[in-house]
Amino acid sequence: MMFRFKLFLRKLVNLFMLSLCVLGALIAISVVCIMLGYIVVNGVAFLNLDLITNTSVSAGEQGGGMRNEIIGTIILVMLGSILAVPIGILAGVFLSEFGSPRINSAVRFTADILAGVPSIVVGVFVYSIIVRPMHSFSALAASAALAIVMLPVVARTTEESMRLVPDSLREAALALGITRWRAVVSVAIPGALTGIAAGVMLGVARIAGETAPLLYTALGNNYGFEGLTKPIGAMPMQIYRYAISPDANWQNQAWAGAFMLVMMVLFISLGVRWISSKRKTETNN
Amino acid sequence: MYTLVNNNDFTTKISTETEAPILKVEELSAYYGTFRAVKNVTMDVYPRSITAIIGPSGCGKSTMLRCFNRMHEVVHGAHVDGKVWLDGKDIYAPSADPVKIRCNIGMVFQKPNPFPTMSVLDNVVAGRRLTSIWSKRSEMEELAEKCLRQAALWDEVKDKLKQSGASLSGGQQQRLCIARALAVQPEVILMDEPCSALDPIATLKIEDLMRSLAEEYTIIIVTHNMQQAGRVSDRTAYMLMSDDRAGELVEYGETEQIFTNPKDKRTEDYITGRFG
Repeated sequence: MMFRFKLFLRKLVNLFMLSLCVLGALIAISVVCIMLGYIVVNGVAFLNLDLITNTSVSAGEQGGGMRNEIIGTIILVMLGSILAVPIGILAGVFLSEFGSPRINSAVRFTADILAGVPSIVVGVFVYSIIVRPMHSFSALAASAALAIVMLPVVARTTEESMRLVPDSLREAALALGITRWRAVVSVAIPGALTGIAAGVMLGVARIAGETAPLLYTALGNNYGFEGLTKPIGAMPMQIYRYAISPDANWQNQAWAGAFMLVMMVLFISLGVRWISSKRKTETNN
Repeated sequence: MYTLVNNNDFTTKISTETEAPILKVEELSAYYGTFRAVKNVTMDVYPRSITAIIGPSGCGKSTMLRCFNRMHEVVHGAHVDGKVWLDGKDIYAPSADPVKIRCNIGMVFQKPNPFPTMSVLDNVVAGRRLTSIWSKRSEMEELAEKCLRQAALWDEVKDKLKQSGASLSGGQQQRLCIARALAVQPEVILMDEPCSALDPIATLKIEDLMRSLAEEYTIIIVTHNMQQAGRVSDRTAYMLMSDDRAGELVEYGETEQIFTNPKDKRTEDYITGRFG
């Protein structure tokens, strides 16, 4: 009798805990769903071709679009990637292939700290080392700030995917009389290429939506791209500016812009998943 | 008939005994950090023959083998004491370049490890292509065919040269790795339990291959399969862990002598299956 009762109690506790876990998972998922749904519901209605092809209009007018800001974001993301991707990949390769355990843990630790630095701080930092000396907000400063945000993401994912390449392949290469660097370039890196590509795309997705570092560096520019040393507009900043304005047309465009930005990041994430799944089938063979 | 067999035995004996050793090992000790895994091994390896290293697990066979082409030092914190001479040159001399030495002493590993990102053809010529600045395509194809034929793999893969090296079966992958080692044209080939991940039929193919390669190359094979050592090798070295957990060479001699008339009591115990 006693045993039966204890068993019943145990099952009850089990059920209770399980429900708590399910509840937690549901809340986590629903936050994402509600947020995405809200943006879709509010944004889709104002999507139109003007948004991509037209430049912005002043408050009170109708129509207009975000062409300059879309171009600006593309330029900034590209420049940021050009700066961060080579350095990040080299750093990741160093961490996984060269470097002693001691140096590596120090480098890894600083990379993790860099990844954890609030992006507004990165903006202020770049403001003080680039914007102030040049006496101008600029596309260059903004892409430098984005590169700093992107760097640790690329470095760590590169390192992790290089580590997944089995040591037996490196040994096989060395045993053939191949030099260390050639083994890294021709055997280890090709084996990690899909993982490195996924890391780069993750980094792109991360910086495409960054707003804070741009406030101190890009400033914004309604007249389109005027050169690397001039201020430049970007989508997240424009969304922010439109969203806090009282003008109804601007607010609607902010919703539509947010929708486009979310879709972009979503597609990049899906691309990353697709690349990663491809790698999984490769390594299984 | 009797004289013919006898005659054959006689000629092989002469040919191995009169030749100078290709690899001389003197007082070799191998360490991982402060731990000594192999101690004071001295042995001579003769050209164009198969030398087997047998012994129970963990006795330092593989570690010793990896000392012969300086792969031991690739492990972090590992180092070597003593001398190894290849053709009269000390491979641990300060001026010796490990990269060059590994071109002369190839290695085949326990688990087949073809490069998965390369085709069958590229796998075979990888050692040549990645050690030279420029390589001619037709030359590479010729070399690949030659090595694949030597490795008795050509007929099985000649239609699959463009496929990934990882798409072959386990036994084919291992023969691909042997072909890859041959392409660098080494004098000595080290094999670290090359058949332990393979089924009996694939094992038999590799053993046949080893016998035919021994006409041209010097092969040193680590195996914990005593029957295999008995089947393929000309000489056998028996290693055992001593009391301080370092592996030492107990007995080394002609395979026939080791298996039929071991001088050391410990060898006899192992050979007769009393332990191990």
